[in-house]
Amino acid sequence: MHSDNRAPLPLKLAAAGGLFFLLAPIALIFVYAFTTEEKSFQWPPPGFTLKWIGVTLNRPDVWEALFLSLRVAAISTVIALALGTLTAAAVARSRFFGRETISLLVILPIALPGIITGISLRSAFSLLEIPFSTWTIVLGHATFCIVIVYNNAVARFRRTSGALIDAAMDLGADGVQTFTLVILPNIATALLAGGMLAFALSFDEVIVTTFTAGQQTTLPIWMLEELVRPRQRPVTNVVAMAVVLVTVLPILAAYYLTRDGEHTAGAEK
Amino acid sequence: MSAISPAIFAPRSGPLSRAVDWVIRHPRMFVFLMVLPITLWLGIVYIGALIALLIQSFFSIDEYSGLIVHEFTLKTYAELFRSYNLDIIIRTVSMAAAVTLASAVIAFPIAYFAARYARGKWKALFYIGVMLPLWSSYLVKVYAWKLVLAKEGILNWLFAKLHLTWALEAALALPVVGGNSLSVSYLGTFIVFVYIWLPYMIIPVQAALERVPAPLLEAAADLGATPGQSFRMVLFPLAMPGIVAGSIFTFSLTLGDYIIPQIIGSSRLFIGQAVYTQQGTAGNIPLAAAFTVVPIVIMGLYLWGARKMGAFDAL
Repeated sequence: MHSDNRAPLPLKLAAAGGLFFLLAPIALIFVYAFTTEEKSFQWPPPGFTLKWIGVTLNRPDVWEALFLSLRVAAISTVIALALGTLTAAAVARSRFFGRETISLLVILPIALPGIITGISLRSAFSLLEIPFSTWTIVLGHATFCIVIVYNNAVARFRRTSGALIDAAMDLGADGVQTFTLVILPNIATALLAGGMLAFALSFDEVIVTTFTAGQQTTLPIWMLEELVRPRQRPVTNVVAMAVVLVTVLPILAAYYLTRDGEHTAGAEK
Repeated sequence: MSAISPAIFAPRSGPLSRAVDWVIRHPRMFVFLMVLPITLWLGIVYIGALIALLIQSFFSIDEYSGLIVHEFTLKTYAELFRSYNLDIIIRTVSMAAAVTLASAVIAFPIAYFAARYARGKWKALFYIGVMLPLWSSYLVKVYAWKLVLAKEGILNWLFAKLHLTWALEAALALPVVGGNSLSVSYLGTFIVFVYIWLPYMIIPVQAALERVPAPLLEAAADLGATPGQSFRMVLFPLAMPGIVAGSIFTFSLTLGDYIIPQIIGSSRLFIGQAVYTQQGTAGNIPLAAAFTVVPIVIMGLYLWGARKMGAFDAL
């Protein structure tokens, strides 16, 4: 709905207040990353310095946690892309026995609280005596990343006309050619957007990870330890700022990608 | 792809092409191959683990040796109803309800403004304004609130500057929800929960409101409804499915969270923390498993009710 009337003032104030409530704490992170205060969260900051960025860059534990997080996010995203796209293609394009069950099953890992996914995996690992490794973290992450890719891909498949595929095959393309020349270009931006969101979700995940990581430290786990027992506040401030940048940039990119993808070839059916 | 008629294909050469053609000509096989990986993955990794957990909730722990007794019993479930554990459940559910209510109240004007009045640059700003906090790191957001709520932090400074410290102290002096400072009170936990889950409420409410035709409200006004009446009798009922859809997220996410109350709040446990300590330091996996069944059952009932109200169409 849209109206040409001007918004009443109380509504404007409430909406602006709400946006301020949403954005101000994130803006604060950027201020604290440059504070000279080391021992407390003093406001206003007594002074500003770039020193802590250098200190953070020289911290091996931060780098190790960062690399583990990036590795886990990359592998989980690849698995999620493969499984999510296949499932989306099947659910969007055909009706079959168990279709409803599968679309429910895919959503379940994010519909149920993360702690349930986490503890079930943890107890399954201990029952099967699987030692903790990068792969145990990936197993958990890929499970809830699938739904992100699936949601993006299923929406795109519904807009892409099936007639395109029939036409390609009628014109002599084989299955592989149809996939690489017709299907893939049509769903590429949706997959890129889904992949980036999945990457951001995995990079940031902490609840499931605390159960599946054992002694390993991903970047969110590093942050959590600092939150529970603050030891190096200035370094944490800088890491927090870096994490915001790493997760926010893919979000903005995904927004522009899916916005441009509104008009897909053959969408009018 | 099931609509493809096999008659239109000419035979192709090469084993791969032939295999692909064969699969495409058998739509059932094609679909089967497409859903096989996901079924195996979720069936084994996720559902398998979930069932393993549920089974353990029917085991019990030997009080003397601390070992798990692998025999079917409902003893562990009975333990949930001890007053200490029951308090945890009631505390968590009341918090989830309060957070859901507050999110709906704060989200409504934002969603309404974005749906009805914002356009162009403002529409984009509202979109980014909701998406940015939604997708920013969860821990960083909690950390940001630690900065905000700290004793020497910006909120106390602001209250002091506005000469409102007395109001803050009055709020903290309240029984149950108060405490020594905001960062160790339920009030603080509540604020952070509302902040973190608010975007999950705004998005479905906005989607529901976008679908309300503006002439409907004009008609209500023409027919003599006051703004309050047209809100109560036209706008609110039409936004309800969106609010219920959003409440699924705010309610479920609050039920399962164990990090926010651990970092900002009093030391009294929430369900998530109880699960975490029972499976970790206490080593009582059966009780932890029984605790996880509580949010599953509550969410099951909630989803069932939400479905009846048509909330899934607003997602």
